[in-house]
Amino acid sequence: MSTSLIVVQLFNGLQLGILLFLVAAGLTLVFGVMDFINLAHGVQYMLGAYLAVMFYGLTGSFFAAVALALPASMLFGLLLEVLVFRHLYERDHLEQVLATFGVILFLNQAVKIVWGAAPLNMPIPNILSGSVPLMDGLRYPIYRFAIIAAGLSVAAALYLFVNATRVGMLVRAGATNAPMVSALGVDIKRLFMIVFGCGAMLAGFAGAIVAPILSVEPGMGDQILILAFVVIVIGGIGSIRGAFVAAVLVGVIDTLGRSFMTDTLRLFLAPGTARAIGPALASMTIYVLMAVVLAVRPAGLFPAKGRA
Amino acid sequence: MTRHLIGAAALGVATLLATAAQAQEIKIGIMAVLSGPQAVLGGQVRDGFNLGVKHAGGRLGGLQTSVVVQDDELKPDVAVSKAKQLVERDKVDFVVGPIFSNILMAIVKPITEANVFLISPNAGASPLAGKGCSPFFFATSYQNDQPPEVLGKYAQDKGFKKAFLLAPNYQAGKDMIGGFKKHFRGEIADEVYTPLGQLDFSAELAKIAAAKPDAFFVFMPGGMGVNLVKQYRQAGLDTIPFLSVFTVDESTLPAQQDAAVGFYSGMTWAPNTDTPQNKKFVADFEKEYGYVPGSYAMQAYDAAQLIDSAVKAVGGKLSDKDALRAAIKKADFKSVRGSFKFNSNGFPVQDFYLVKVAKRPDGKFQTEIVQKVFEGAADSYAAECGLK
Repeated sequence: MSTSLIVVQLFNGLQLGILLFLVAAGLTLVFGVMDFINLAHGVQYMLGAYLAVMFYGLTGSFFAAVALALPASMLFGLLLEVLVFRHLYERDHLEQVLATFGVILFLNQAVKIVWGAAPLNMPIPNILSGSVPLMDGLRYPIYRFAIIAAGLSVAAALYLFVNATRVGMLVRAGATNAPMVSALGVDIKRLFMIVFGCGAMLAGFAGAIVAPILSVEPGMGDQILILAFVVIVIGGIGSIRGAFVAAVLVGVIDTLGRSFMTDTLRLFLAPGTARAIGPALASMTIYVLMAVVLAVRPAGLFPAKGRA
Repeated sequence: MTRHLIGAAALGVATLLATAAQAQEIKIGIMAVLSGPQAVLGGQVRDGFNLGVKHAGGRLGGLQTSVVVQDDELKPDVAVSKAKQLVERDKVDFVVGPIFSNILMAIVKPITEANVFLISPNAGASPLAGKGCSPFFFATSYQNDQPPEVLGKYAQDKGFKKAFLLAPNYQAGKDMIGGFKKHFRGEIADEVYTPLGQLDFSAELAKIAAAKPDAFFVFMPGGMGVNLVKQYRQAGLDTIPFLSVFTVDESTLPAQQDAAVGFYSGMTWAPNTDTPQNKKFVADFEKEYGYVPGSYAMQAYDAAQLIDSAVKAVGGKLSDKDALRAAIKKADFKSVRGSFKFNSNGFPVQDFYLVKVAKRPDGKFQTEIVQKVFEGAADSYAAECGLK
């Protein structure tokens, strides 16, 4: 367990955290502002990946594919909003969960009919295909740096959008007290549409840029959705800052757990026992973290104002 | 009195109908996962079997053939109720399926206890090869331990001193690692189990780099394998030989593409296996379904050939189960993989090869035979099976 390995694993954790943030940002926005539990966020992420692969096939350019996938994801999100989600805002959370779960089943199957059940491939663009040595025998792909950069820019842009623009102000106000915002003459429906469209686009963006390192397949969003919910619950629902901090926290803790749990247990347990218990404990760490955070701060680390 | 007459007449008619149906028709139920992320594997079984039926002119063993396809949804409870449907409602003569061993363990009793033959085109759980073997169960695939043993033997013969092992944290993952270790006597640098469905392998890749093994053995099926292979290549670890089972095959290669070229796996067959039967199978399969067949399709195709040969041998008399069983056991057909016969437990005795991923001139990807590792290999459970 050398120092360089620990540093590398911390870095890997940060990287995983930023990946999670990209997915969680849209989710926390929609959940926080509209008080709407959107389980279908994961399939919107999947759809972003599939759209990017499709546009890549049509244009042959990675950047054009991502650029086209963004508005397409947004349009599709808005379509879902008008057709399905709009009718659920006034309902309680259980009904929202049921309806959006239905959307998951429907879209996973639809994707399979349109693109087939086999995983698809999206190559890394040439300009980002190099790698740098990180430690002896291990190289770090430049593309991963690009994902980190993209995640940080999204974080910065969202922070500016929410804190320094007029729409952002309304978003914050909406998160605090939506009926009051409506009473002040703001078209809350339109605001919700904007927020939802942005959320869908963020999910699509995350899907599109992870396509070259992850498998693009039906159901790919279901795995990450659970992690995204853990992130926004830890971070405080509706808080972009909270989502960012929580995502990095979850990424680092999960990575360190997976890397060193078994080795640590081996110090005082038999190797066979350590090997049996280690992986099980490692996959629990983030949920333990969530439980602790919920026990100490039930509204999350950085609750949006007025929601505490 | 009248009631008796009607009853007897009805019985007579029913018997007549049944005999007529038996004389003319054979019904096969296919049970495979056709929804969810693993659907692509079930699709291969369905397509491979249908091609087998087509090559037999739509008549397996000379009988009018109808195929009923059921999706087990990879859920044992669903699979059991659908297996009962196949046996009781559809009255199938054979069931071909499933892909996964946990499903196999769930459906084997309801099917074989109804005296219906179950032919597995993939799953090969160890209990069924040993004490739990059944005269109504046959596999055209292999026993689950065998593919990883191929890699372990190869690593040992090649003289690799230190290996790093990786698998998902569930029963099959542990079985595969166990299979590898059976023949490999070198040092195990580490043995890492990841949660099922893990997306990002950066942490594990860093551990591999730090351990500096001579070989890397992995079992990472489906989408996890796609993620791992891409990330392994991107991390520049490809100087370490990549030995795997069910991680790089024709079901995942369309997504892994160049990232998987040169990576090894263990199997009984590859699309370039040099037999005339295989050339015809692969060419017709690609023409019919537009993708490169994997071992799943191959084993289902052989299942169709097996049924065809056995039904022919008994002259279409499906009701004589003993004769039919004896005919199946003979395996009197030309397997596309070459040599093939059944052991006493209904599992094959066959050759195993080290295979390697290659890019074909037409731009598609497939595994190709590198060398034979086991010749005429039987599984290690057959002795525990009481059948002769």
